[in-house]
Amino acid sequence: VRGRVLADGVADGFALVLEEPLSFWGGIDPATGLIIDARHPQLGVAVTGRVLVMPSVRGSSSSSSVLAEGARAKTAPAAILLGEPDLILSVGAAVAEELYGRRIPILVLSADDLSRISEGVWVRVSGAEVSV
Amino acid sequence: MRLVVRAAEVLAADRLIPITRVHVDSCLYHGEATIDFVERLVEGGARVGVPTTLNVGALDLLHPELWHGDPIGAERGRLLMERYRALGCEPTYTCAPYQLPFARPAFGEQVAWAESNAIVFCNSVLGARTERYGDFTDIACAITGRVPDAGLHRSDARRAVLVLRLAADVPRALLDDDALYPVLGIVLGRRAGSRVAVIDGLPAKVSEERLKAIGAAAASSGAVAMFHAVGSTPEAPTLADALQGGEAEDTEVIGLAELRAARDELTTAAGAAPVGMPIGAVSLGTPHASLAEIWAVERELAGDRPAKGIELLVSTGRHILAEAEEEGLAGRLRAQGVELLVDTCSYIAPVLRPSRLPVMTDSGKWAYYAPGNIGVEVVFGSLRECVRSAVAGRVWRDADVWGSA
Repeated sequence: VRGRVLADGVADGFALVLEEPLSFWGGIDPATGLIIDARHPQLGVAVTGRVLVMPSVRGSSSSSSVLAEGARAKTAPAAILLGEPDLILSVGAAVAEELYGRRIPILVLSADDLSRISEGVWVRVSGAEVSV
Repeated sequence: MRLVVRAAEVLAADRLIPITRVHVDSCLYHGEATIDFVERLVEGGARVGVPTTLNVGALDLLHPELWHGDPIGAERGRLLMERYRALGCEPTYTCAPYQLPFARPAFGEQVAWAESNAIVFCNSVLGARTERYGDFTDIACAITGRVPDAGLHRSDARRAVLVLRLAADVPRALLDDDALYPVLGIVLGRRAGSRVAVIDGLPAKVSEERLKAIGAAAASSGAVAMFHAVGSTPEAPTLADALQGGEAEDTEVIGLAELRAARDELTTAAGAAPVGMPIGAVSLGTPHASLAEIWAVERELAGDRPAKGIELLVSTGRHILAEAEEEGLAGRLRAQGVELLVDTCSYIAPVLRPSRLPVMTDSGKWAYYAPGNIGVEVVFGSLRECVRSAVAGRVWRDADVWGSA
């Protein structure tokens, strides 16, 4: 399938489908890559190297920093697939590329395409192309 | 400028528009990436082009002795706060810039604000216009003085698409109590996601403190950047105004049962009815307390002090603290055993004394984030319940407010 590119790049990894929206700040510890939101059903799961599938976003404007710090510390997801555009994460990815040369592709997919990606499948992202 | 153009691409804007002021969230340390970024700006000789206020940082620069954590963390946090000042930002270090007369935009003013609670307040309560900006974008907008002409900068995006109507079973006493508003915000965030909603059924002219509590909680449980409250917020004198004369996409009802459930979920400690449970601390002032809220702490203390070993901490901005000092209020509260924290917040900085006992708070946002951020159990209650619980050393509940269960 094809998506709208918010941050360009090539990446692959196992899909991690979020069961509920997650704020990167207050939700992921960039030192470890683990989900720390005590109210999130996937508390304790690692996002590192996964293709993170986020049907909707929420929360803090510090999430740009948390994504860039994750890229620096090599704990960030490999790629992020969103259900709606998100400026805060897109700018985090742009800064990670600018400072460290590390690309975290971010794409927006239609709700239908997003729902066809199931937990744990291998996903490859290249430009606007997403293959499962 | 590259970041601002990137933002315009993400928001699908075809031009940039000028802004008059910026609130920057990037000064809170989240690791070395945040320092690497600002150093790049400082080396390039960047300066802000419009008046710019700063959000909270990692520590209280005026009372550094309150820091109980690792000294290297304090040093890196301080460095980041100072670097943003070197770019020409005002050292306000508050998450409630709207409480500062010199930083408060007028109705209709185009600005770029970061910090989720400030964004909601700016759009909803002041009627000034900002998109949901985050770290890095905020300072990029401050340097360029430009934002993408998109989203909530434009009138059509400010129209409510969801009507949330309070049900008739919500008791009058609850509508008149502080405890309702953060809980209502949590429900709003869950129901609205990133949509603009209008709340119908609140009393007219809800106070700024209560609207602040709604917005901060809604931006924690959802991605809310703007809401309307009929009769209280400036773009919603009537329901029809909030809808800009159109039809809502959805109309939903919020009843007492849902509010009670949301209230109970804010408490993580020992089930939902922790009356009488011992607590270790009380944290108030998230977002930063207004002067009226600090007065309320004194009023509820009514001459008492926190019980032995119980920490009662109020976070506020340094400018509000200066006013409280001038009025003698701050000195009296300290003499009664209250700690006043500025420039930061007790869920991002290691300032609460280590304890295994739960912390009580009147903030939906604090209750939402503190368990993950600083590893504490939380009990949620109104400001009155919090202060009286601090005095008792145990959770005290105002039984009448939520109606008989």
